[in-house]
Amino acid sequence: MSDTSRASTKKALPEHFKAYKHVWVAVELEHGVVHPVSFELLGEGRKLADKRGVDLAGVVMGGDEASVLAAAQECFEYGADLVYTVTDKVLADYRNETATKALTDLVNSYKPEILLLGATNLGRDLAGSVATTLRTGLTADSTGLEIDDEGSLAATRPTFGGSLLCTIMTLNFRPQMATVRPRVMAMPARQPGRVGRIVEHPLGLAEDEVVTKVLKFIADRASNKAQLAYADIVVAGGLGLRSAENFQLVKSLAEVLGAEYGGSRPLVQKGWITAERQIGQTGKTIRPKLYIAAGISGAIQHRVGVEGADLIVAINTDPNAQIFQFAHLGIVADAIEFLPRLTEAFRSYLSVNRLAG
Amino acid sequence: MHIAVCMKQVPDSAQIRVHPVTNTIMRQGVPTIINPYDLFALEEALRLRDKFGGEVTVLTMGPPMAEDSLRKALTFGADRAVLLTDRFFAGSDTLATSFALSAALEKIAAEFGETPIVFTGKQTIDGDTAQVGPGIAKRLGLNQLTYVSRIAEVDQAGQTITVERRAEGGVQLLQTRLPVLITMLEGTNEIRRGSLADAYRAASAKLVSWNAADAGIVDLAKCGLRGSPTIVKKVFAPQARAEAARMLAVEDGAEAVMTEIFVRQPALEAELMRFASGQ
Ligand SMILES: Cc1cc2nc3c(=O)[nH]c(=O)nc-3n(C[C@H](O)[C@H](O)[C@H](O)COP(=O)(O)OP(=O)(O)OC[C@H]3O[C@@H](n4cnc5c(N)ncnc54)[C@H](O)[C@@H]3O)c2cc1C
Repeated sequence: MSDTSRASTKKALPEHFKAYKHVWVAVELEHGVVHPVSFELLGEGRKLADKRGVDLAGVVMGGDEASVLAAAQECFEYGADLVYTVTDKVLADYRNETATKALTDLVNSYKPEILLLGATNLGRDLAGSVATTLRTGLTADSTGLEIDDEGSLAATRPTFGGSLLCTIMTLNFRPQMATVRPRVMAMPARQPGRVGRIVEHPLGLAEDEVVTKVLKFIADRASNKAQLAYADIVVAGGLGLRSAENFQLVKSLAEVLGAEYGGSRPLVQKGWITAERQIGQTGKTIRPKLYIAAGISGAIQHRVGVEGADLIVAINTDPNAQIFQFAHLGIVADAIEFLPRLTEAFRSYLSVNRLAG
Repeated sequence: MHIAVCMKQVPDSAQIRVHPVTNTIMRQGVPTIINPYDLFALEEALRLRDKFGGEVTVLTMGPPMAEDSLRKALTFGADRAVLLTDRFFAGSDTLATSFALSAALEKIAAEFGETPIVFTGKQTIDGDTAQVGPGIAKRLGLNQLTYVSRIAEVDQAGQTITVERRAEGGVQLLQTRLPVLITMLEGTNEIRRGSLADAYRAASAKLVSWNAADAGIVDLAKCGLRGSPTIVKKVFAPQARAEAARMLAVEDGAEAVMTEIFVRQPALEAELMRFASGQ
């Protein structure tokens, strides 16, 4: 046996970790708004906490009382039993240094057994720093979270570009950390008026002790940014469309449906669409009510980004295309010919029924 | 200025095949490449060197064959390549990887000069975690700048750096003190072709090769599988959906497709009607 096989694959939690209890979600509050992924995580965290018979807590860090309290209330309504708040001007803009200090202090003080973060730029920036500071395990971009028979967190994630899935566990360190991408988990139902307990914690850091300064925040122009991840309907095209001109057919259908449009990765590489419209493993994960894929083969890297859709409709000339293995509705057809017909069908139906209504 | 770039050699995962019975990766014959995200880091490092003078050292941890990627980096114009290789590193998760790379980076600074800027790619295409960069920053006490889309200014005298960082809903203009760890966003630059002279130099260059002891690592329990708090419990292939797709024929027409969509998603029909009426 080699030396490396000595890693402890059995659960033998050291004594000092036994006090770690409860499930936490680090809430992303920026510019007064909570990122929806935080609510998705509260929904998932609720299930884990119930299974473990422990509390679900949100962690809200922010620069002003009003937005912190508003975010805490939202956490309660999405299922949190309690919310730890850290309110300090220093936390007004996200910075790695300040957020890492706030979150690690909280973990060391109140000892959660599970800590979940969104796999956003913010969450990934923060999670790595916190896990390294605490010297604990972190499973990035999880797509499934379960509690195993021994009460440990089993986090499943795609690996090798989505070719395989693996289940990863942190048996003997606490907290067990995981990040999850937006839209991978379903949005839980909001329970208006639901209340909980707030625990305030000080940051203990003055602005002149913080090395990194935010000189400016340049907000994206809302009109410029694709709201792909949260769209109800998404129409997407792939290489089967054969040219940038034909991609217009996807846009036309999207327009009639009030949908967002996107595409497979090769389209970004060809410059037919911009990177923020890429769907899949290295692009956006989407969870629309309706996903229409035209001329997309359904490679695993694409599949992992769309599997959460309620209804997947695929148009492809190849009856054996992989996409038909996970689509709900399939049409073996030339998309260049079929898309305009579908667009027209919706257009005329909607105009007739609008007039009737 | 001496700049370090951490890179990883990865399988070209578009071509990965999974053994249908054992669910193991069939690596034989799978070509390897430099993790594409790392090339944005390398190009940015080369540009800073061209502007300020100095050297770029590339570092990779991996099996001996990772030498190929290092040589490739030399053809692009990197000045020095360090291979960190030891069987004790096998099975490293992100925490153990950041431990080993941090030790090597400290050794690089001691041997070849301080590195006020350390680059990594945004993430790898095989592990996909984006966690090794932040891990290195924390371990070495570097100011962390992730998802950087532009380096606006490096003030060597003042020891500060100003960058644009992609955040949720916008871009942060951040200023911090050197030394820093930067992860570059994809699409921010394009790797150069490299000169003929670089290609010649790369072909015959002697790489620096360190094992754990060479890199000054004493505590082997922090390396590889033993130093990894996470364990892989199970590896499996994605399942096909239980229920097969309902196939419609083209002859059924586009109306049939629309009708079937509304049958399966009744709420959608009402929403679309509202949308069409401009409400
Ligand atoms: C690390 C890694 C990450 C990746 N990440 C992503 C990702 O995030 N998102 C992503 O999408 N891909 C990703 N990929 C790429 C992925 O593996 C596939 O190569 C890609 O999704 C294929 O795109 P496509 O379906 O448009 O093209 P193709 O695979 O070429 O498929 C084109 C399809 O169109 C069909 N077709 C041809 N003509 C017509 C026609 N006239 N009408 C209708 N159908 C037609 C063909 O039958 C075929 O099925 C990644 C790959 C790697 C290695």
